[in-house]
Amino acid sequence: MDNKPLFIAGHTACAGCGQSLAARLVIEAAGANTIVANNTGCLEVFSTAFPESAWNVPFIHSLFENCAAVASGVEAALKFLGKKDTTNVIAQGGDGGTADIGLQALSGMWERGHDILYVCYDNEAYMNTGIQRSGLTPFATNTTTSPIAEKSFGNPRPKKPMPEIANAHGIPYVATASAGYPQDIQRKVKKAISIKGPKYIQIHVPCPLGWRHESALTIDVAKLAVETGLYPLIEYENGKLTARQIQPKPVEEYLKTQGRFKHILNNPEAIKQVQEVADRNIQKYGLRLEKSA
Amino acid sequence: MKEFIEGSRAVAEAVRLCKPGVISAYPITPQTHIVEELAQMVAEGSLNSQFVNVESEHSAASVVLGASATGVRAYTASSSQGILLMCEVLFNIAGMRLPLVLTCANRAISAPINIWNDQQDSISMRDAGWVQIYAENNQEAADMHFIAYRLAEDKNIMLPVMVCMDGFILTHGIETVDIPKQEEVDKFLPVYSPLYKLDTATPMTLGPLVGPDYYLETRYAIQETHKDVLTLLPKLAADFKAVFGRDYKNLLIEEYRTEGAEKVIVAMGSVCGTVKTVVDQMRAKGKKVGLLRVVSYRPFPYQEVYQALKDIPKVAVLDKSVSLGGYAPLAVEVKAACYGKKKTPKVISSFVAGLGGRDITVESIEEIYRRLTTKEVNLDFIDLKPELLKEKYGQ
Repeated sequence: MDNKPLFIAGHTACAGCGQSLAARLVIEAAGANTIVANNTGCLEVFSTAFPESAWNVPFIHSLFENCAAVASGVEAALKFLGKKDTTNVIAQGGDGGTADIGLQALSGMWERGHDILYVCYDNEAYMNTGIQRSGLTPFATNTTTSPIAEKSFGNPRPKKPMPEIANAHGIPYVATASAGYPQDIQRKVKKAISIKGPKYIQIHVPCPLGWRHESALTIDVAKLAVETGLYPLIEYENGKLTARQIQPKPVEEYLKTQGRFKHILNNPEAIKQVQEVADRNIQKYGLRLEKSA
Repeated sequence: MKEFIEGSRAVAEAVRLCKPGVISAYPITPQTHIVEELAQMVAEGSLNSQFVNVESEHSAASVVLGASATGVRAYTASSSQGILLMCEVLFNIAGMRLPLVLTCANRAISAPINIWNDQQDSISMRDAGWVQIYAENNQEAADMHFIAYRLAEDKNIMLPVMVCMDGFILTHGIETVDIPKQEEVDKFLPVYSPLYKLDTATPMTLGPLVGPDYYLETRYAIQETHKDVLTLLPKLAADFKAVFGRDYKNLLIEEYRTEGAEKVIVAMGSVCGTVKTVVDQMRAKGKKVGLLRVVSYRPFPYQEVYQALKDIPKVAVLDKSVSLGGYAPLAVEVKAACYGKKKTPKVISSFVAGLGGRDITVESIEEIYRRLTTKEVNLDFIDLKPELLKEKYGQ
């Protein structure tokens, strides 16, 4: 094996892009014997502008919502060719392509039991089109389609529980990860690749432009989402839950780092509601680190 | 071997002989019998193929897209709403130059929902970049699949092909069909060897973002390739005849008793069988009538259509679809084929019939010949029921 990078520099992602960072970690962990099917979105746009490509693995982009189905076809073809056992298939997309427009194709891929790792790069809005809210935009977020005005204080709904939806399909491996924890991403990708069947990993990837934070703060912001309980790092292996333990920080510490939450910083009621989201996560997934005696 | 079988069964047998490595489909009437037969063949082991049961036609088209990009011959079939749901994937497949074959069991479009035959579904995909060929009977529907793969996978073509067969009339009609031997098919259709594929040994990026500097040329290239299809189809017809013995002339058009004809109907698909019956009956009575069957709608054989019609005084174009608010889709092409020429038919009248499965009977065809006079008519609907049009709502 040579050490040729599989996702090379020179692409056109913004400074501090959490998605480009995570995408490189994912493909490097999966290795060169991997075929990638990618939904339309930032990642595909900034990494494949013809005649250049950042990808040193076979890569196919078709449409916004169909990478799970395209990957299913790739996997079926590899099976027919007798090459599936030596080739990994990754389908990947952003949160909109995964949780909204691509959810049906993804559900089909899970239900049919394809040997594919699906990776969702969750930057919590339609960033490629200019920060419109998606099904994975958090409660109270200011986006261009959940704006701040007299009759609105941002996105009215919490995030769609995609890891739970994935787990409800009875697939062998579901995990969340974060750009703030690079080694954890790679561990989970390697574990997922080693398991036969459909896998789902959802990675929290800060978007400095859309979240309005300094591009140097990507890792810090991502870590705070985990440390507050707003983005729990969990794994379901055959339905069995394990979670990364935290000593929860108050959600304000996360919210105040980003312009998209600026409007609620002086709104105790809204902050309380966001804190409730974190508290429910902490309760549900048993995130609180018990102090040893 | 000659078998007395349903059209769907004949197509499934033909597809099996083409040995697709991946089949994906979503059920929709009247396509279902085709994919049920194929699923049964895979289940029995008489067809070595990955059969992927998907959750929508959008995914069916996407699965075969992915399989084809991985270098494997793949197949899907659909109809009506399924074709419309596939729409963006169909454009994508052609743009990616993937040599897929799809059977369209032609059916009307909702609303109102209607499961019966017309050709609105495939016609609505005319701009997608796919080759579209229309079968008249079940033998031709089956045979067109061998031709479709051979055409699609030709290194100078690399475009998807839609084999269109009228829903129910052909898919559920039982006729004698000669199912060829595997050796014959193998002789005509070589093993698929793709120019490009997703392969970890030679990584490449398929489906990149293409900006204004390159996009125009990709569309131009497809348009140019369609010209090559017009040249290749007659050669494939000759090759086909050499192997299988059946003569499809040039696979672009079929002229039926047009010599010396004063009136010719232009049509596509199974209705041409009915037109031929009427032509024979009227010719027997001394009426100078004929039929021009368009086999390839995309690419459209403008030159051949013009040559076939230039000496015909009166031409009637029979459409089984409409372009609501505009001229009928086949009529548009026939008129375009004759536009600006010195010698043209004096009259090209346009008729619409058979929408939503309304029977096009011998009488319907006779009525078209009757209405084809020196006075040109446009979008004349045949067999309308005036009593159903009387009631006006909201008044």
